[in-house]
Amino acid sequence: MLYIPGNNPAMLQQGSVYGADGLLLDLEDAVALNQKDAARTLVSHMLKYISYEGCEVTVRVNHIDTPFGLEDLKQIVPLQPNAIRLPKVETLDEIERIINVIEQIEDECGLPHDVMNVHVMIETALGVQNVYDIAKYSSRIDAISIGGQDLAADMQLVKANDGVGIDYARKQIVMAAKACKIDVFDTVYVDVENEDGLREEAEYIKKLGFTGKAIINPRQIEVVNEVFTPTDLEIRKAAKIVKAFERNKAEGIGVFAVDGKMVDAPVVQRALRVLEMADVDVESL
Amino acid sequence: MPSELIGIGKLEPFEGAFTKLKKGWMEEETVPPPVKAKMPHSNKVCDSLRDAIIRSNPKDGMTVSFHHHLRGGDNLVFEAIKILAELGIKDITLAASSLTTAHDPILPYFKDGTITQIYASGIRGELGKALAQGVMPKPFVIHSHGGRVRSVHTGKIKIDLAILAASSSDIEGNATGAHGPSAFGSMGYAAIDSWYAKQVIVVTDNIVDYPCVPQSVTQNYIDYVVKVDSIGDPSKIAGGTTRITKAPMDLQIARLAAQVIEHSGELEDGFSFQVGAGGASLAVAKYIRKIMKQRTIKGSFILGGVTSYGVDMLNEGLFRSIFDVQSFDAAVSTSLMDNPYHIEIPAGLYANPFNCGCMTNKLDIVVLGALEIDTNFNVNVITGSEGYVRGASGGHSDTASGANLTVVVCPSFRGRIPIVKEKVHTIVTPGESIDVLVTERGICVNPQRKELKQNLEKAGIVTKDIVDLAKEVELITGKAKPIEILDRIVGVVEYRDGTVIDVIHQVKE
Repeated sequence: MLYIPGNNPAMLQQGSVYGADGLLLDLEDAVALNQKDAARTLVSHMLKYISYEGCEVTVRVNHIDTPFGLEDLKQIVPLQPNAIRLPKVETLDEIERIINVIEQIEDECGLPHDVMNVHVMIETALGVQNVYDIAKYSSRIDAISIGGQDLAADMQLVKANDGVGIDYARKQIVMAAKACKIDVFDTVYVDVENEDGLREEAEYIKKLGFTGKAIINPRQIEVVNEVFTPTDLEIRKAAKIVKAFERNKAEGIGVFAVDGKMVDAPVVQRALRVLEMADVDVESL
Repeated sequence: MPSELIGIGKLEPFEGAFTKLKKGWMEEETVPPPVKAKMPHSNKVCDSLRDAIIRSNPKDGMTVSFHHHLRGGDNLVFEAIKILAELGIKDITLAASSLTTAHDPILPYFKDGTITQIYASGIRGELGKALAQGVMPKPFVIHSHGGRVRSVHTGKIKIDLAILAASSSDIEGNATGAHGPSAFGSMGYAAIDSWYAKQVIVVTDNIVDYPCVPQSVTQNYIDYVVKVDSIGDPSKIAGGTTRITKAPMDLQIARLAAQVIEHSGELEDGFSFQVGAGGASLAVAKYIRKIMKQRTIKGSFILGGVTSYGVDMLNEGLFRSIFDVQSFDAAVSTSLMDNPYHIEIPAGLYANPFNCGCMTNKLDIVVLGALEIDTNFNVNVITGSEGYVRGASGGHSDTASGANLTVVVCPSFRGRIPIVKEKVHTIVTPGESIDVLVTERGICVNPQRKELKQNLEKAGIVTKDIVDLAKEVELITGKAKPIEILDRIVGVVEYRDGTVIDVIHQVKE
């Protein structure tokens, strides 16, 4: 998911051409205080007039308790992007309050409550502690993400680039997302010149169970896509497992072996997930 | 297009990329090069450039030629023209292989009658603006790199005096660009000038003991040798190593172009390859390099303007050789000196259409840029959105006509200006030579290349009709106002075979 500063017309215009799965049109941290109104107006216009075909569009608004948050919601919610991203959510009461505001705006506009999704960002120690309760609050919350920079600041970490300090939070947030069966996105990797570092971090967070990763420069898309896209070998192996499963299922066998390794229901489930990510039609196997 | 133009003569209209060449024998004849003689042990070394120019006996109406291998650091053109102007020489035809913004200082000599006509493969900066505004009495001529050699061979350009910069030379004029403090690499564009000019001056800031080795131009063609303190700005001549762009848009276009090339059917063992030095074009090499390593493909040769990136690919064993007509960065010079498979070639061997097979004819894949491209795939690389001359024909039409796969890479619009549009302002390369356009908003295959389209579709690469892309772009940018022009023709664009593919009108200010 590619962050695009909401006050940058050229990037907003071209955002969809780089191959990111999703765009995060940002009204929050990427926009200077004196540019907040301009960014909100610009993003509103872009959502109306620019086709972001092929990309899921999410708008990150300012926190509702800032001078800009409520106005952001009033302007953006009626436009119903694919999702709205709420930063620095810490408690159940808070998420309840914000979603109520969103739904009130939707009611005023005659909009349904089940079209636009909500993404929640966990960026403080308190948020990490409450993440499961927050994530399960509403069925329209379909993803949570960790905001590494703010979390490191909240934890008063001096050196945060190696990810050690936020490792526990990453795992906690992944677990909460998995428990709620929703997506979970990792934080940005700020050193845009360090392709190897980005790859290493992307591979690590994929292993933890993250669904994807936020990025701050289109140049980072290729690496993250490469890490998260199943390789030909993985796809072939998954297809083999699923085909063997179908054969054995017909004969009433639940546990069997493929290439000498035991395959049971969870293994099949993982294989199906690989095929889904690779956009392979299981019926066609 | 008129049939005749004062200052140029008869214009032979372009009728197709190969209509003329396919006949095999040309009606034009090769003019004889000058016959000269020197007494044994005569001294060619002159005290100064001024001295050498005076000894060459300059006259009104003469043609003076230069190469552009000094890139943005060239100061020689200005110094030489200044001297000629001080000597009172008028009505000069300037036949430089290309003119860049480094040559802006010669603009006053356009206005005072010192220079009255230009032949070049490219013109940029203040010169290009002034020419489009009609500063010059005679129309300028834009030719391709190959076309320039053809023009000299056939006497269309008759060079009276060639002033050739070299980074090293001996006292007889054996000279090179491959070493010396101002090393710039290949002198490929200078060779034809040395062979055909009535008089030739080699200018260097580094006299070496006899003999200078290697020799890009040789003593039997050289009349005078001049040692100067500097042939130009070293920081702009020896511009370091060319780096791959970091601009996300260029990288995205390059990535898509590499996918197209990978699945075109042309990326096979033994393929030959040429890319430009900048932006998306060079970035394509980055992705092709990766694919070649993954698929263990070994190419035959890299051609044309050469960057250190190409040298790296040679050193990695990804290609067998490099044929270098022009080096784009200083890092190339060392390779040119040390690696026998890095071969300097003259512009005629590179791209002259009037011979038995220039090297562009052997190209498999070329990646080219565009200032504009129209829905018939015609490409403009010479005039900008305001109608000024701000680009170069260079080897664009030469390589496009020769390559099996010609890929044009460019953004679909720049700023608010559409690049993909219904009609380009100036045609330099005909659409029939272009196989595929790659932009950030879509890949468009020339409808004549059905097999290519099938290959791409088989690989799951989505293509788009170029007319639809142009409409899509127009929806974003709005319809661009046409450039306002006057009836007066200020320049002609020659196709590589000498026919005129387009004319450039004076812009209305």
